[in-house]
Amino acid sequence: MTTRYFGKPIRRNEDPRLLTGQALFTDDVELPGMLHAAFVRSDYAHAWLRGIDTSLARDLPGVVAIYTAADLGDYWQPGPLLVNPPPIKDLVFNTATQVPLARDKVRHAGEPIAIVVAESRYIAEDAVDLIFVDYDPLPAIVHLADALKPDASIIHDDLGTNLNAHVIQEKGNYAAAAAQADLVIKRHFDYDRGTAAAMENRGIVATWDAKSEQLTMWDTTQAPISIRNGLAGMLGLSERQVRVIAPFIGGGFGPKIMMFYPEEVLLSWITMRLNRPVKWIEDRRENFFATTQERGQVHEAEIALTRDGKVLGVKDVFLHDAGAYAPYGLTVPINSQCTLLGQYDVANYYTEFTSVFTNKPIVTPYRGAGRQHGVFVMERLLDFAARELGIDRAEIRRRNFIPPDAFPYSNDIIFQDFAPLVYDSGNYEPALDRVLEMIDYKHFIEVEQPRLRAEGKHVGLGLVTYVEGTGIGPYEGAKVTVEASGRVSVATGIGTQGQGHFTSFAQVVAEQLGVPVENIRLVTGDTSEFYWGAGTFASRGAVVAGNAIHAAAVAVRRKILDKASEELEVDPEDLELVDGVVQVKGVPASAIPLGELARRANPMRGAVKPGSEPGLEATDYFGPERGATASGVHAMIVEVDPETMMVQIKRHVVVHDCGTVINPMILEGQIQGGVAQGLGNAFYEQLHWDDNGQLLNASFMDFLLPTADTVPHVEMDHVVTPSPLNPLGIKGAGEAGAIPVAPLFAQAVEDALIDFDVELNEIPLSPNRLFELVAEARGLHGSES
Amino acid sequence: MTHTINVTVNGTAYQRTVEARLLLSDFLRHDLGLTGTHVGCEQGSCGACTILLDGEAVRSCLLFAVQVDGHELTTVEGLTPDWDMASTHEDLHPIQIAFREKHGLQCGFCTPGFLMTLVPFLAENPDPTEHEIRQAISGNLCRCTGYVGIVEAVKLAAELLREDDKVTG
Repeated sequence: MTTRYFGKPIRRNEDPRLLTGQALFTDDVELPGMLHAAFVRSDYAHAWLRGIDTSLARDLPGVVAIYTAADLGDYWQPGPLLVNPPPIKDLVFNTATQVPLARDKVRHAGEPIAIVVAESRYIAEDAVDLIFVDYDPLPAIVHLADALKPDASIIHDDLGTNLNAHVIQEKGNYAAAAAQADLVIKRHFDYDRGTAAAMENRGIVATWDAKSEQLTMWDTTQAPISIRNGLAGMLGLSERQVRVIAPFIGGGFGPKIMMFYPEEVLLSWITMRLNRPVKWIEDRRENFFATTQERGQVHEAEIALTRDGKVLGVKDVFLHDAGAYAPYGLTVPINSQCTLLGQYDVANYYTEFTSVFTNKPIVTPYRGAGRQHGVFVMERLLDFAARELGIDRAEIRRRNFIPPDAFPYSNDIIFQDFAPLVYDSGNYEPALDRVLEMIDYKHFIEVEQPRLRAEGKHVGLGLVTYVEGTGIGPYEGAKVTVEASGRVSVATGIGTQGQGHFTSFAQVVAEQLGVPVENIRLVTGDTSEFYWGAGTFASRGAVVAGNAIHAAAVAVRRKILDKASEELEVDPEDLELVDGVVQVKGVPASAIPLGELARRANPMRGAVKPGSEPGLEATDYFGPERGATASGVHAMIVEVDPETMMVQIKRHVVVHDCGTVINPMILEGQIQGGVAQGLGNAFYEQLHWDDNGQLLNASFMDFLLPTADTVPHVEMDHVVTPSPLNPLGIKGAGEAGAIPVAPLFAQAVEDALIDFDVELNEIPLSPNRLFELVAEARGLHGSES
Repeated sequence: MTHTINVTVNGTAYQRTVEARLLLSDFLRHDLGLTGTHVGCEQGSCGACTILLDGEAVRSCLLFAVQVDGHELTTVEGLTPDWDMASTHEDLHPIQIAFREKHGLQCGFCTPGFLMTLVPFLAENPDPTEHEIRQAISGNLCRCTGYVGIVEAVKLAAELLREDDKVTG
C-alpha cells in the first residue's frame, strides 16, 4: 500500500478558492428578487413585553413584511431540547429552550422580538428604528450566585425557579479519603464568560421554489443535516424537500451548531410565505448578543493528598451559567465534571453542579465546551498542593499519572455521550518528559530564573497537563466515487469551518486509492450530496467522518481490485494502486487508469452481474462505541512588567497526543490557533455586563481578541498513542490548544509574581485585574490559607 | 439621495448610481459582485474588508461608495485577474502562494484583508523583520490560525517577491 499521502504535511486543496476570493460564503449568495431581514432585539435583559407598535415601520417604502410572535400562530414553538440529560441517578433537570421571537417576556438583551423584511438591508434597519416596544422591566439575574436567592426574580415563570439542573456524580468515597489525608486544600475558583467571535458572523439565505416545492437554505451552521431534519419537521415538509447548504464558513468554534437559532426558524418560514428569497446576515454587534456564548462557572473545590503528593481524592462543587435558555442540556457542565480528573489516577471524586438560568445570552459549547473549567480547577489545586508539600510541580503530576498499562481506564462517571467515562488509551510520561526537555525545565528553574530574578526581572514558568474527550458518536457517513475522469469525489454530511477537511479527508482516500490529493474533490455540508450525519463538534470530524471516509474508500478499493482482477485476469493480491492507475505490481504496462476502469464498471451495453452495483462507488458509516481520549502537556515562560502588569509570553511549548496524525501541518495549525484562543480567554477577553444585564463592550474595539503582535510561536511536538476505538487510530485535536491555557497562564504569571504572594484563582486575568489582585495581596499579606 | 460615481476596480471601469449612504464594502460585494472582500465587523476593527484605494490599504466598511468616485481600487480578485478553473498553484500571486505553503489560513474569511494589507506593506518594505511583520498585520484579526502561519507566510512572500524583482528587474 502506498503511504505517500497519509501523515504528510500536504498543502490544502481548498486554499486557492479561499485565497482568490472565489470561495462561497453565505453572504456571497445573491438571488434574483432577494429580500433582506433585520431584527428588533430587546434593549432589556429581563422585562415583560407590554406591546409592539409596528405601524410606522409598515408604512416605510420598501418594507415588505414585519412579523412578531403573534404573527407566527402555531408555528411559534420553543426550540427542541437537543441533548437529554444523561442517565445519572437523582438528576434534577428543568428545561427551557429558546423561542423564535419573544412573546410575553424577554430574557436576555438582544433576544429577537420582531423581524422586518425589506427590499434592502438598509431599509430593513431603518424600519427597525421605527418599531416601538413597550417594556416593563424586571430585575435581571446577572451574577450566578444571585440566581437561587429566595427573592430572585424568576426568569422562566412556568418553572418557578431559576434552577436548570442539579447533578451529583461520585467515584469512590471522597469523604473517607479526605479523612485519611495528610493535606486537604480548599479553594474558590471563578471562570468568566467569553465569546467565540468567529470572524464571520452568522447568516442565512433561504429560498422557496413554489413550482418544485423545494426549500433551499444556505446557513452558517456546523450541522446542516440536523438543521434540515428539524426544519422539515417544523415546516411540514418532507426531508427531501429541504436542502441545507453549509458553504465555506468563516470559523465555527461551537456556537454555529446551536439548534435552532431563531433566525433559522424564521427565514425558512418567511420565504415560504413571501415566495421570495430572504437573506439575513448578523452584524458584529448582534453577534455579541444573539450568538451563543460559554464559560461562566464558579467552583468550590478541594483536594486531599498524602504528604508525598499522591492525590487521594478531589471534591468539586460548582455553579454553571446556562444563560437565558438551555437547549443543549447539560453537555457543558458534564464536560467540566468529566475532564477535571485529567491524566491523574484519582480513586475518590465527588462532583456536584448546579446549573442556573441567568438573563444573559444562551450558553452552548464553545471550543473546549466546559473542559477548560475542570482542567483549571485540577491544575491549580495541584499547584497549591505542590507548594504546600514542597514537591516540584512536574513531579507531583508525574506521581499521579495513570500508568500506561491501566488503559482502558474508567473514571466511573457518565460522560456527555451518555457512556461511562473511559479513557481508551494514553501514555502520559513521555509527553511530560518531552515538554520538560523542550523548555529546559531544570535549567530554567535552577539557573535561568534565579539569574533573571537577581536582575530584577519577574519571570515565571507554567506547566500543566490535560485530557480531552474527543470524537464522540453517534456516527458519520461518506460516499466515495471514482469518476470517469479518473478524479474521485467524496461526499460527507458534516460541515467544515476551516479545519482543512478538503485536504485531510482527501489524504484518507488517497491512501487507499493511490490518487493524488489534488484529484480528490470533497463536498461537505450539502444535504443534497449526503443524506445522513450529525455535525462538526466535539473534535469529532477527523475521528468520525474521517473513519467513515476511510471505510468507504476501503470498499471502493476492493471494488477496483475486483474489477481490475477480472479485466487483467490476475489475482487481486497481485495488483497495486499507484498514481491514479491500477496495475499488476511492478508492471506499468498493465496499468488501467481508474477513470477507464470506472467507465467499464458502468457499461452502456452488456450486463452488469446480478447482485453487483454499477460504478466504482461505495457508501459507508462509522460510529465509535465511545469517544477517544486525546491528551497533552503545555509549558510556558512569561515575563511580567510589575508596573503595567503586561504579560509577555517568552515561550510556549506543547506536546500533544491525538493518536495517528493525518496532516501534521493542519494539526499544528489547529493547536496554534487553539492556543491563541486560550490566551485570549485567559488574558484579553472578557464580556463586561452591568447589573441590568447589558453588555458594555459589544464590539471588537472593546472586546480584545489576541492580535499578531501578542500571540507567541508555539513550539510543538507529538506523541502518538493510536486510539484502539477506530481503524485509523485517530483522536480529535480541534479543541486541544485552547483547553489548558488558562491554568498554564495563571501558574506562570503567579510564578513570575512570586514576590507579591498573589494567588490567581480566576479567569480572565487582564492587566487591570492582575494589578487589583496584587494590590489586594499586598494589603492582606500573609493571610493566605 | 443618489449619486452617480465612476470608479475603476481591478482595472475595470464602472459607472453606477448609488445611495449616498451605501458602504463601499456593500457596493463592492453586492453591486459589483466582488464578494472576495469580506465584512467581519462593520466597525473598522477587524480588517477583513481591507482593499487598496489608489494603492493604499483602506477598510472598505469605513468608506461610502460615493467617496471613491474617480478613484482606483484593487480587491483580492485583482491579485489574480486571469484566475479560472484551469488555473494552478503557480498562477497565484506570490503572497497567495506563500499563504498556501505556510498554512497562513484556515477558514479563510479574514484572509483577503490580510493579503490586501500586505501588498503595499511588502512593496514598501521588501525585507521586513518578524517584528515589523507582526506590527504590520496587528490591525487584522484572525481567530483561527494564531497568526504564526501568517507571519511565516509573509516572510516567504517577501522572499518570493524579492526573487520576482530580481528576475523582472
